[in-house]
Amino acid sequence: MDLGIDARYDAFRDEVRRFLAEHRPAGPIGPGEGDASARVAWLSLLIEHGYWARTIPEAYGGYGAEPDLLETVIMDEEFNTAGVPRGLSAQGPSMLVPTLLAHGTEAQKRHWIGPTMRGEILWCQGYSEPGAGSDLASLQTSAVEDGDDFVVNGQKIWTSTADQAQMCFLLVRTEPGAKKHAGISYLLVPMDTPGIEVRPLRTMSGDIGENSFNQVFFSDVRVPRSNLVGQRGEGWKIANTTLEHERSSLNANAEGTWLRLARLMKSETVNGVPLLASPVHRDRLMRLQARALSMKHHAMRMLTCSLKGESPGVAGLIVKLQNCQLNFDMAALALDVMGELGALYDHAKYERERGFWQAHSMFSLGLIIGGGTAQIQKNIIAERGLGLPREPR
Amino acid sequence: MDFALSEDQLLLEQTVRGFLADRVPIERVRELRDAACPNDRTLWSELAELGVCGIRVPEAQDGSGLGLLDAAIVAQALGRAATPSPFLASAVMAPTALAALGGADAERWLVGIASGELVVGVAATELFSVREGAGVRRDGGALRGKALMALDACGADLVLVALDAGTLAAVRTDADGVAIERLRTVDATRCTAELVFDGASPEAVFEGAGAACSRMLDAGRVALAADALGCCESMIEQAVAYAKQRKQFDRVIGSFQAVKHMCAEMVAEFEPARSLLWYAAHAFDALPEEAPRLACHVLSHVSEIGREIASVSTQVHGGIGWTDEQNLHFWFKRIANARHLLGGPESLRERAATLQGLAPAA
Ligand SMILES: Cc1cc2nc3c(=O)[nH]c(=O)nc-3n(C[C@H](O)[C@H](O)[C@H](O)COP(=O)(O)OP(=O)(O)OC[C@H]3O[C@@H](n4cnc5c(N)ncnc54)[C@H](O)[C@@H]3O)c2cc1C
Repeated sequence: MDLGIDARYDAFRDEVRRFLAEHRPAGPIGPGEGDASARVAWLSLLIEHGYWARTIPEAYGGYGAEPDLLETVIMDEEFNTAGVPRGLSAQGPSMLVPTLLAHGTEAQKRHWIGPTMRGEILWCQGYSEPGAGSDLASLQTSAVEDGDDFVVNGQKIWTSTADQAQMCFLLVRTEPGAKKHAGISYLLVPMDTPGIEVRPLRTMSGDIGENSFNQVFFSDVRVPRSNLVGQRGEGWKIANTTLEHERSSLNANAEGTWLRLARLMKSETVNGVPLLASPVHRDRLMRLQARALSMKHHAMRMLTCSLKGESPGVAGLIVKLQNCQLNFDMAALALDVMGELGALYDHAKYERERGFWQAHSMFSLGLIIGGGTAQIQKNIIAERGLGLPREPR
Repeated sequence: MDFALSEDQLLLEQTVRGFLADRVPIERVRELRDAACPNDRTLWSELAELGVCGIRVPEAQDGSGLGLLDAAIVAQALGRAATPSPFLASAVMAPTALAALGGADAERWLVGIASGELVVGVAATELFSVREGAGVRRDGGALRGKALMALDACGADLVLVALDAGTLAAVRTDADGVAIERLRTVDATRCTAELVFDGASPEAVFEGAGAACSRMLDAGRVALAADALGCCESMIEQAVAYAKQRKQFDRVIGSFQAVKHMCAEMVAEFEPARSLLWYAAHAFDALPEEAPRLACHVLSHVSEIGREIASVSTQVHGGIGWTDEQNLHFWFKRIANARHLLGGPESLRERAATLQGLAPAA
């Protein structure tokens, strides 16, 4: 255990604080929020200072620093305290980029990573199909080689941000005769290719929060062969890297949400008394703080393992399960403490934080399901982590 | 930059776990549960040879001067083996207080603690919870009153008694006017007692001991959390092993998803709690401003997840889990008892809130 509390880190923290005192994003930066210019400007500024894409090589558009655990922790803490996003929480940076770093060709890395980190290109993840959810490897969307192209036909569903994305990382079946896990390939597909149709689905959270959810139809969509990641038939293995990153990226920021909850409880009053004065609600807040802190320090432990190239074993497999439930429970307390006003929505008069907490509650529920349901996570923990007998598959 | 146990710490963990597996199998724990005090002095002197007793004693007093994280590793191993010992009071709480207080008496006792020859109990419950009219006061030079749920006091030579938030007295247990009665709890593997003082003369009274008392309690909370987490670890290991071997409906029960999910849920609670424990223990030495809040959080958090793990592990075992013979209950009860010591989850959380300005100061 060495958290290297020395002057160098104090200086780094001061530097981050100075940056945050001077800079804010010009507008909302999430996918689907406002126009792209605020997002790209903010992310580019972050990269220039090394607060985003910090360890991605310069040649691929990153800042090129050595990985350092405490720097990461300090950046997260300071950005959380300032309530400012440290980068873009979206599928491109969190899933595609790690996959390309692990499996992409040099040309693919140079071409895609920089613009993705700067938010110029938004990605969607084309995995799930109507008949292939938890049992993802049974997917049927096909791709057939034809000259220098693959020709894709089929349907994806539950595709977040497909209506905003310029690109899709797509799982397709290329080897129809092969066993189900061996016949899959991983393609990078421009969403403006002829033959792609995106049909939005309305979600339970309506018009508030991150709620883009779509069906995507592919008819004779031509994708250049150079957009294949890895080899034909290796897509399952490659997708699993992506899923691992999805699961560990969900580590993000329980502490940030907790701080927001604590701010709410300090500022809201009932009968003229701050909500924090209620011992019952305060106890729940503290209970959640312990859980948020345990996930924060667990993330430090996981990061240490990854910096050393060690496998965290079962301790790594539990992250998604725990974080998603924790976020749902934090939203639940926020809604409870708001009492009568907690149910307000759709920008009703007196609604708090533009409906954030109701939306966050529903969004966290979505995350409990998306990227492998809680039940599937438990299967994985029990089978891979604890060595219990496998389910039929 | 590293958030992980060091090579030395992994070795310490392995050594203590190996020793306990060898020397204190659960059959031995069963024998000790009927003793007047479960803390066995022979075992304690063997643990002294491993360096366990002096782990928190400064090197100048022949200890190894290690951090609270090292002590937490040992506490977790003791919990995992359900070993009765005065580790909590004598190797963690008392040395923390004595090293902070300093002076010739304290240094002499620290030397004794490290050798395992002097066992020191701690009576501090009344600092946070007064029940049954308990409390110890000075009457001239002598002590009068009683202290409840004193830790590791029955078989001890000396006890540190908190008179108030700023004053600690050290009293020999064989002094005139000291009576000690074991208060049996559900957990037969931990010693808790009532001390009654009827004009006993203390060996020393430390004034201005407020900071030492707080540090002592916080160190105790982290070590107790580690102990309970070790119990959780064992209960998970036992449940998983049982699930792989017990058959029903012609299948091992671990192939039933309901059982699998019970096991997954336990380990999903356990692992992040372990990360929190490491941080809280590390903070105790390295980040003193954060330490009190983290000590409260880690003990209350482990108490909460511990109750669940204790219940679920027992359920995985079915009927045999409910028997005395299966031994699982030793861990169940040790977890249950920890919830009632050094604060209790609700009051610990309230203290954590107060410490960060989220609740009115008491
Ligand atoms: C908010 C959100 C965002 C999403 N974004 C994307 C995206 O961008 N791209 C994409 O490709 N997909 C996305 N998905 C889809 C997501 O990955 C799937 O919904 C998920 O994997 C479950 O598949 P399913 O919906 O077909 O449910 P099913 O697999 O039919 O599951 C239904 C129920 O059965 C249970 N179940 C199924 N199999 C088992 C089993 N073996 N053991 C125990 N229980 C089982 C499940 O846990 C669940 O409770 C998203 C989903 C959500 C909710």
